[in-house]
Amino acid sequence: MEYFVQQLVNGLTLGSIYGLIAIGYTMVYGIIGMINFAHGDIFMIGAFTALIVFLILGAMFYSVPVVVALLIMMIVAMLLTSLYNWTIEKVAYRPLRGSFRLAPLITAIGMSIALSNFVQVTQGPRNKPIPPMVSQVYNIAGISVSLKQIIIVIVTVSLLAIFWYLVNKTALGRAQRACEQDRRMAALLGVDVDRTISITFIMGASLAAVAGTLFLMYYGVVVFSDGFVPGVKAFTAAVLGGIGSIPGAVLGGLLIGFIESMWSAYFSIDYKDVAAFSILAIVLIFLPSGILGRPEVEKV
Amino acid sequence: MAQAVSAQRVAAESNFSEAARQALYAGLISFGLFVLFIGLRTDQNIRNELILVQRWGTLAIVVLLTMAGRFLFVAFAQPAIAARAAARAKATAVAAEPGALRKNGTKLAILALFLYPIFILWAVGLQGSLKWVDNFGIQILIYVMLAWGLNIVVGLAGLLDLGYVAFYAVGAYSYALLGTELGWSFWILLPAAGIMAAFWGVILGFPVLRLRGDYLAIVTLAFGEIIRLVLINWREVTNGSAGISGIPKVDFFGLFDFNVSSDIYFGKVFGLAASGAYYKIFLYYLIVLLCLLTAFVTIRLRRMPVGRAWEALREDEIACRSLGINTTTTKLTAFAIGAMFGGFAGSFFAARQGFVSPESFVFLESAIILAIVVLGGMGSLMGIAIAALVMIGGTEILREMTFLKQVFGQDFTPELYRMLLFGLAMIIVMVWKPRGFVGSREPTAFLHQRKAISAAFTKEGHG
Repeated sequence: MEYFVQQLVNGLTLGSIYGLIAIGYTMVYGIIGMINFAHGDIFMIGAFTALIVFLILGAMFYSVPVVVALLIMMIVAMLLTSLYNWTIEKVAYRPLRGSFRLAPLITAIGMSIALSNFVQVTQGPRNKPIPPMVSQVYNIAGISVSLKQIIIVIVTVSLLAIFWYLVNKTALGRAQRACEQDRRMAALLGVDVDRTISITFIMGASLAAVAGTLFLMYYGVVVFSDGFVPGVKAFTAAVLGGIGSIPGAVLGGLLIGFIESMWSAYFSIDYKDVAAFSILAIVLIFLPSGILGRPEVEKV
Repeated sequence: MAQAVSAQRVAAESNFSEAARQALYAGLISFGLFVLFIGLRTDQNIRNELILVQRWGTLAIVVLLTMAGRFLFVAFAQPAIAARAAARAKATAVAAEPGALRKNGTKLAILALFLYPIFILWAVGLQGSLKWVDNFGIQILIYVMLAWGLNIVVGLAGLLDLGYVAFYAVGAYSYALLGTELGWSFWILLPAAGIMAAFWGVILGFPVLRLRGDYLAIVTLAFGEIIRLVLINWREVTNGSAGISGIPKVDFFGLFDFNVSSDIYFGKVFGLAASGAYYKIFLYYLIVLLCLLTAFVTIRLRRMPVGRAWEALREDEIACRSLGINTTTTKLTAFAIGAMFGGFAGSFFAARQGFVSPESFVFLESAIILAIVVLGGMGSLMGIAIAALVMIGGTEILREMTFLKQVFGQDFTPELYRMLLFGLAMIIVMVWKPRGFVGSREPTAFLHQRKAISAAFTKEGHG
């Protein structure tokens, strides 16, 4: 039982990171109906920015309190990653809006290849390890919970709360939801569609940057190719939860996290990704629009 | 007159000031983007700790280049593009009679394909030809074949498949395993690998029949990853990430082969000196024939009921179903036939490399193949071949650009930039020509007269 709860805690940590990335996928999909393949690499850019900021802080100051360091890393990563995603949207996706369905998908794949290779070229192909930032581990009723895990869950929950408020209670969120339902109608009613889409990309990137910072803190290492696997898993999470649905993305992220840690714990660690992908396939066969997704009704 | 000139000058001046403004913005943005990534570099010191190396000079160069590029684009390229668009809008659309080159383009291209190794032999000799025939000829043609195979699924049937490389892997491993374990000939295993891959295509096809669009894309992606992960982890059979080596070479129907020690070695039979180039040239002609087979089958299938059903499915699934087309079998045949060609290409790949490992079947390969199909203009065989030539040949040629070392110094390795440029090229081509190189649709069924229309007028279904 303790072992099971332990895995539940691990899955929750992993799932939080996936959930944060998945929101970026699901929001972009909801608003412009494209798979932003470069989002995984945006996450990697976030992690790398955090790494570089960490090194700058280490070089400039003798010692910085961990909380302050984490906050600075997160904020700089959010700003820079948002700038990346904003530029990408402007350069690679906006010219193709209204073009046929596969065109932005291909530029997104191209962007993903370009971003990961850009980091490889400029930062080198090797693993980038950092010394552990937080190492306390608490023992609660036989279950060991590390401070890292607590930080991840707290940051995720508070970000989701802010995010929920933004989407559901502000004018910006209303504009976003309007664009999601009908872009042309929203434009007619005076919503600045281009601006709303840009802001959506910025919000997705900020969440991915936080996920990247947390990823760096949790694993203590990042490499240029790190965008792909978490990216695909987060996308899987978004689809599993029903793409376009924000609570669905979080739910899907948690599910993928649980599946992964349970499978590694009880079956074999080699096949954990196979398990995640197989469950995706099985869920989609029985629930073709995901868990919380609205079934797509096609009118003729 | 004078007024017109001054008006022009005013326009040009405002154009320049606009360009300068835009260049400034571009510079600021690129500074923001690159300040941490180019300005600083993370490196390991002797104690294996990460340190930062400063490179502000490179950063300045990159930012200035971006500014200059943006300035030139806004000041000169944009007005030129606008002028051209205006001129085109004014000119009445007259369908030009295709020239002789255009009419016989396919025949000429095939002829050039057959003459290519002879030309290379003549130009650089037997030993020098290895690189040109192998790296350029065979490499590009493998991608042409894969892209033509995927074209059946994506271009004709409109089913977005992001895991095509799985079938390539199935074909390669079928040949690698059966060839090394049982010692069967390539000529038996080639069709076997194709059938095996087609079988997997149907297996994948069944569960995903109900899925559409992006859900289909993600499940095919997942399937491709599952196959790769199984290849990595099923070590008893596939030897894991170490891969399978010593895969037998292709022989010429038992008449002669290409193992130097064998009695019927090509060189011995024809009284020539031993060289690795014979095998490469033989493989080159083999892949040319396989490509032509793919193209032939695709062209013929498009005129058969099943091909028309595919295209109908691509354009509108609901209409297709209401006209009584069985969408289940239509989708499954598309998956199976597309997968079969992937399997053929895979077994050829295994025979060419003599070694297969899961490394060759990553998602990036699927992405590259899909990119070639879309960049070429979906459904157009010629466009896809051109896209493969440009994208694969272009990145291969980077390896050859040793003269760049003289410009950028000895540490400069052009290969490093290969995939970066590939990704950027994908974006640029797509933004420039969203419908691909050959973006017109030629109907296979028509009344009185065949009218090709620009693909921009067709609406894609969500298949």
